[in-house]
Amino acid sequence: MTELADGEWHRLHPATPLLKGGIAFIAILGIIIANLRERLVEWLIPGIDCPPGVCEEDPVTVALNDYLLLVLLGIAVVLLVIIALFWLSWRMNTFRVTDEVVEVRQGVLFRSHRKARLDRIQGINISRSLFARIFGAAKLEISAAGSDANMQLAYLSNANADGLRAELLRRASGIRAREAVEKADAAAGAAPGDPARANLAEVARQRLAEFSAPELDPSLAPPQSVVQMHVGRLVGSTLLSVGMLWFVVAIAGVVVALTLTGAGGFVFFGLIPMVFGLGSFLANRIVKSLRYSIASTPDGVRVGFGLLSTSNETIPPGRIHAVEISQELLWRPFDWWTVRVNLASRSTAKGAAGQQSTTILPVGSRAEVLKVLELVLPGLVTDETRELIEGGLAPARPEDGFTTSPRRGALLRWFSWRRNGFLLHPDAVVLRRGAVWRSLTVVPTARTQSVAAHQGPLERMLRLAKVRLHTVQGPVTASIGALDVADASALFRDAAAAGVAAIRADRTHRWGSA
Amino acid sequence: MTDDAPTASARLDPVAGEWRRVSPKYIVVDLVGNLVTGVIVTAAASLPAWLFHWGDWWWLLPAVVGIVSLVLIALTPRRVRSIGYLLREDDLLFRRGIMFQRFVAVPFGRMQLVDITRGPLARSLGLAELKLVTAAAATGVVIPGLPLADAEELRDRLVALAETRRAGL
Repeated sequence: MTELADGEWHRLHPATPLLKGGIAFIAILGIIIANLRERLVEWLIPGIDCPPGVCEEDPVTVALNDYLLLVLLGIAVVLLVIIALFWLSWRMNTFRVTDEVVEVRQGVLFRSHRKARLDRIQGINISRSLFARIFGAAKLEISAAGSDANMQLAYLSNANADGLRAELLRRASGIRAREAVEKADAAAGAAPGDPARANLAEVARQRLAEFSAPELDPSLAPPQSVVQMHVGRLVGSTLLSVGMLWFVVAIAGVVVALTLTGAGGFVFFGLIPMVFGLGSFLANRIVKSLRYSIASTPDGVRVGFGLLSTSNETIPPGRIHAVEISQELLWRPFDWWTVRVNLASRSTAKGAAGQQSTTILPVGSRAEVLKVLELVLPGLVTDETRELIEGGLAPARPEDGFTTSPRRGALLRWFSWRRNGFLLHPDAVVLRRGAVWRSLTVVPTARTQSVAAHQGPLERMLRLAKVRLHTVQGPVTASIGALDVADASALFRDAAAAGVAAIRADRTHRWGSA
Repeated sequence: MTDDAPTASARLDPVAGEWRRVSPKYIVVDLVGNLVTGVIVTAAASLPAWLFHWGDWWWLLPAVVGIVSLVLIALTPRRVRSIGYLLREDDLLFRRGIMFQRFVAVPFGRMQLVDITRGPLARSLGLAELKLVTAAAATGVVIPGLPLADAEELRDRLVALAETRRAGL
């Protein structure tokens, strides 16, 4: 399908050193501008003068007046050296994709050779910084389980990145070669012509099309996002978060304290940087989450977002180890929820809204949360379980299927003992917790690593116990306390048995071969 | 401990079975470890009273710490006897603790590796410690006080079982 995956060693895109050098150039420019800020103001507004005796002796002034040429030359040389180094590292950076493994060799002085089995891929991320997008390049990151187990391919051309991702996922899924050939034939008919041979206008048109299209090759995956992210909701949810409330309280405290001590109007000047900081934080969050999309593809969930720099993560089936739906206290009137997941890999790319990549839905309504759950837990959220899940988000009702804490559990769970409970589905354990901060945790039994039951002296006096499902590390902790001893014992036994049964049935590491 | 009936039902005991216990020799190892820790912690707790002369009340601190350490040491044999493991068809169960009870079930297919470690004292008594590692850091199953031959046999058996029931992450 793509010639990059033919089992031979390949280099990355030849423009990689220039792209990386360009990014370095922008960084240098940024540093220079940041340091020359006052001088720039001086140039633009000639009325303001330096105090005497400062500007004359300033080394920057001396450099600009007497050695301008030399300084420019120096910057150019530094840039050239940087690009030369990037070129060298590009020469030494090769990768190879075979039917079973993907390998990356890199490093100039310290060589490294990394090899990963395709069926152990935990996710593939394609990210494009604004600068790279202008030149039609993308960074491909293949994640494996572990803290430092990712492979980065920077940069590839857009078409190559998309083709390689599709090919990697296809091989990882275990779909047999015959089907692949059929697919390749179908794709070859639809594939656009070789961009290198196209004329300039054609290239420009294609760039523009790529720039505006959220997903580059619609034939590879038709991602119809199930969630529309509204700017208003994004701003509202950020402003109504607990951290933001503390921020407001802190500002109010400072204002009150300073007016009482008589510092007066100067206080407000002190607040200006804080307001600017808040504004840039909000703007950053919104720009990052605009065009958020989450869609189902044959090879798993695809989460994409970003207005200027874009990122696009594909998580194959069976790579999500736990899901938590939770709610900030102030979101309740709006019925907003956020969805977090535990993944075995640690992507270096940030998730939507500049949050961790484990936050799969930054904020969404109840209906949207259910749609997202359908994607991340395929087969689990069906029409019959939908009701159970909705019951898990609502306050406790009798007959909603959850086994909750007994009355004496109120000593440990003051407000939430009525809600605090669990539900055992053959494929997943659902934990419902919290009355003030409501949350619902779903752990697929095919992903639990082990199950534990705990009891301390106080719990023993109350005839209570706690059960915890161990999953890979992440933001979700699946534990439920203050259960009746008999219920906890039953949950422990059943969850352990369900886990064993699920291991036997689980085929998701080769999700396409079934 | 007079009313045995309610305590029996209040205790967490999810799985009945023939729990295999660890070697009684491990009591010595644990005892020495607890003794050393107790002495060091008690000595550290007496430092304020020694160094700063803030008052005689500060001697209460090492006294309390010392008594707690003594209670812990006195309970060591019972605590060691509470450690047990059980091999079932598809998973390994582990239990420990009397005050703070903990039961863990680890499916064989989830074991990533099995470790044997031996401290100097345990080695002199011919004991070894078996550690099971899964992809979840919280699993934390360490079976101490196994005779070395048993530990090695158990390790080989667990690795073989894990191989036959191999699964993804």
